[in-house]
This record gives sequence, structure tokens and C-alpha cells, in this order.
Amino acid sequence: MAVLVYAETQGNKVKKAALECVFYGKKVADAEGAECIALVLGSANGVEELGNYGADRVIQISDASLDQFDSMVHTSVIGQVVDATSAQTVILAHSSTGKSLLGRLSAKLSAGSVSGVIDVPSYENGFTVKKSVFSGKAIAEFKVKTDKRVLTLSGNSFKPEEIGTRVDVEHMDVTIPTSSVKVIEVKREEGTVPLPEAELVVSAGRGMKGPENWGIIEELANELGATTACSRPVADIGWRPHHEHVGQTGVAIKPNLYIAAGISGAIQHLAGVNNSKVIVVINKDSEAPFFKAADYGVLGDLFEVVPKLTEAVKKFKAGL
Amino acid sequence: MKLLVCISKTPETTAKIAFSDDKTAFIKDGVQFIMNPYDEWYALVRALELKEANGGTVTVLNVGPSSNDIIIRKGLALGADDAVRIDTDPQSAYYTAAQIAEYAKENGYDIILFGKETIDYNGSEVGAMVAEMLNLPFASYVSKLEMTDDKAIVSRDIEGGVEVSEITGAFVLSAAKGLAEQRIANMKGIMMSKRKPLKVVPPSDVENPVSVTGYSLPQGKLGVKMLDPENMDELVRLLHEEAKVI
Repeated sequence: MAVLVYAETQGNKVKKAALECVFYGKKVADAEGAECIALVLGSANGVEELGNYGADRVIQISDASLDQFDSMVHTSVIGQVVDATSAQTVILAHSSTGKSLLGRLSAKLSAGSVSGVIDVPSYENGFTVKKSVFSGKAIAEFKVKTDKRVLTLSGNSFKPEEIGTRVDVEHMDVTIPTSSVKVIEVKREEGTVPLPEAELVVSAGRGMKGPENWGIIEELANELGATTACSRPVADIGWRPHHEHVGQTGVAIKPNLYIAAGISGAIQHLAGVNNSKVIVVINKDSEAPFFKAADYGVLGDLFEVVPKLTEAVKKFKAGL
Repeated sequence: MKLLVCISKTPETTAKIAFSDDKTAFIKDGVQFIMNPYDEWYALVRALELKEANGGTVTVLNVGPSSNDIIIRKGLALGADDAVRIDTDPQSAYYTAAQIAEYAKENGYDIILFGKETIDYNGSEVGAMVAEMLNLPFASYVSKLEMTDDKAIVSRDIEGGVEVSEITGAFVLSAAKGLAEQRIANMKGIMMSKRKPLKVVPPSDVENPVSVTGYSLPQGKLGVKMLDPENMDELVRLLHEEAKVI
């Protein structure tokens, strides 16, 4: 028996989401009396570190053709590894890649699937797991009735810890089908943590009055080591890039800290951020609905408050 | 081009979410249901644009009971040529996907379009399942789609950026914001929708691999702690010592 964890990579490195999945996979494997096997597709380096986070075995199929993502090809390869390892549970990150594979693997393996799982499974009444539904407004418990199951793990649900040791990387022979998808270009902002993976997020909205004022948000984000985000209207009018938009139609995120400046907190915005662990709202309108969803509120002019907060963070960091 | 747009019915965004006393059922009374926004605004409208530019047909498909006809008619009012309803409750992603795949494989579509997820279960699973069941490529989170003579050029939203790829042959896609702009049905469309064909198909026999056993509401916030805008040192202290997030 095995729990197979698909460890996602990007730019030749294992992603943080992969560490979370391996750490989670080890918990599941322990509960099931199984071994936790991490699977890496493509030519990433340093994958033996997955052992540190709980993988009992690491399998890497380093064929360069797997560096480009095609859900059809990757599903075929993962399916072959599932068969070879007799894996019963497959775990993926709840990312654009993981979500694209989840449904395919479910269909391929005739396995029940649950997307965006937030907790370890319970085995009391069959195999059950929890996930967030209705855009964060409720939690549902899903029961998987098939012997095999596929899950995506919601990002930032577990903080990976070093619970194991490095393991030797194994190779496995598989048949790689030809792809009818050709990736031409990947445009990605380098050097920043992408929003769905960010632990700290500083976000701003229409209250900023114009794109030229974003410097104070970026400074705060830099000081904190946070990723910047924005509300829908701001992305729609082109003040900020589309991929920064968090909310119902944008990215749904779950950071430890979400700081929102000049965002009123419409229900569509909350749908994307209400799973954040701690929410700080800075707004000059005491009626802003966002205050009701916040842990900490600052009623004031963001153009005064945000730079003061940046100074305070600087002072704090200097004193650490 | 033969296009199939799969639409689902969801509670509208601002609907109050409540559950039965034993927490096993979502209370539908008083909830307004709509066509899932990603299906309507992006998948359906882009399919209609492709048809307008290149010719072809757009079929809308829904898996659901007859009470769903109202949202199917909306799809027709927006410009779809015909509609199919597979007459069963969409019990799970897998069950629904198997119904769609069974119907689609008989009919040979060039592109099968889905919204990127429904706004109720946020699963993002059905499109990928249908792709696998039909052995077709799947482009997920597509925010741009252009057709050339023999290829589709798609832009996929990925974490922190966009991936552009070419796909040859038939494929399945899930639509994200940016793929098209929401349209409003006009009176002519609404009148015509009543005469367009809506075929009702019996479901296939499919085993349901998952079920929802219960619901709960997330732990609510304890209430906001308001801070002095002049004293941001205090906020930083609280974030460090109380919330322990920095």
C-alpha cells in the first residue's frame, strides 16, 4: 500500500506546495499504514529533500519532455506509477496543475476525488475529508467510497516540517505518450511568491485613487516579504495586472495574513479571501463591510496609515 | 465548428448558505439559482463569438432536473442553437462528467467548454474528467482562446502568470475571467429561445464514487479589534504576539 504524492516543480525546483503535500501525504500514509512516495516528473534538482518532509521514497522520471505540462501526458505517467506502486491514495497540490490532473486521474483510476481538502482524512465512517464550499461560506465533508482516491490539498493548510531524512532518488521506466499540446511561452513574474502560495499578502483597491500610488503598498509588501494583490475593479481598469486579482472571479487565497487597504469588502471579494487566517482592514469608511470580516481594523486614511505601518514593520524587523 | 458548452446551476453569489438541522442538506428554499457565472460569462460567450466568427453550432448541455430548464433557456436566449438536458441530479463531479462524456462521445465536438469551477462546490473537476473519459487534451483556466486554421492558441492562468500553448485537434477547456465579456440576452433572443430545441436525454447508469455526508459553517471571526491609526507599532505587536503571523 502506498500514498503517492505528486510533487510539483517549477523552474527546476520543488515548489513549496509540494513540501506541504508530502508532509500531508506522510500523515495520511501513517494513518493508513502505508508508505509515502513522492513522485517528481521532469528534470528538477534537489528532489531528495522531499525525504526531509516525510517521503519514504522519491521517484523521479526526469525525461525532459515532462518539463512542459500536459495534463493528458502527466495523467498517463502518474497512472502508470500508481499501478506500479499499488498506491491507494494520490495527493496533489490544489494548484492550476494539480486541479487539472485531479479530474483526469479520478476518471482514469475510477477513483473518487475531492478537491481543495483542508484537513487530514477521518476513517471512522469510511474515508472522509473536509473541503471548503460555497466560496468559503461553508465546509462540506465528503465520503469517498472507492478503494482508490485522489485529493488536492488546499495551499497553506499545513506548515511542512522536517520530519524525515534525505532519501535516494529512484527512477522508474514508464511509457510517455506524445502530446498534442505544445507550450509556446510561459510568462511569469519572477522573484515573487505567487499569490496562491503566499503566506503574507498586502492587497489594495479603489481607495488607492490611481496606479501611480501603489508604491506605498509595494513598500509594505517588501518590508513584510509579502506578495501584492488587488481587488477586481482595480484589475479591470488596468491599474494592476490581472493575476493579482483576488476574489470570486480571480484567485482564491488562504494566506496567514491578508492586509487590505482601501477595499470595501464586497461579498465577491470576500469569497476569495475569507479563508485567510488573519485579516487586517485599513479603510477610512467606518461602514466598509470588510471590517465585519476582519480581525484587526484601522479606521483611517490609507495614505497615512500604510506608510506608518511600513515604518512599524521596519522597526520590528530591526529589533528581531 | 461544433461546440458544446456545459452549464450548471448554482446558488447566486450573495445567497444565504444554510443547512438542515442534521447538517446533511443545503436548504434551497428562498435561494435564487443562476447559471454558473464562469459557464455563462466566459465559456458560453466565447463559444458564441467563435460561432459568429467561423460558423458552426453551439449546443448547451446541462445535467439536471426539469427545474433547470429556466437556465438552459437562458443559454439559448444568449444565442446557443440548441440544448440538451440529461435528466438526472448531478450527484457528484464524477457522476456528472460520466453523463456528459457518454453524450459527447456520440456527437463529436471540436471544443467542449466548461467554466473553471462552479461557485457552489468549487471543485474544478468535471471538465478534466470529461477530457480523460474522451481521451482529449484539456486546457484549464483559459483566459484567452484564438483559433487558427488547424490549431487553437490558448492562454492558461497559472500561479503568478500565464502559459500560452498550441493545441491540435479537438479538446476540452475550462474558462476563466478574461476569455469573454458577459452578455445580456435581448428580447429577440429571449423570444427565439422558446422555439429552439431542448432535447431531454435519459441518464446513463453510473456509480457515484463520492457523497457529501455533512456540512458545517466555518469558525466565524470573533469580532474586529479596532486600532489607533496613529499607533501602528501596536498592530505589528499584535500580529507578532497575538496572531503570530509575522
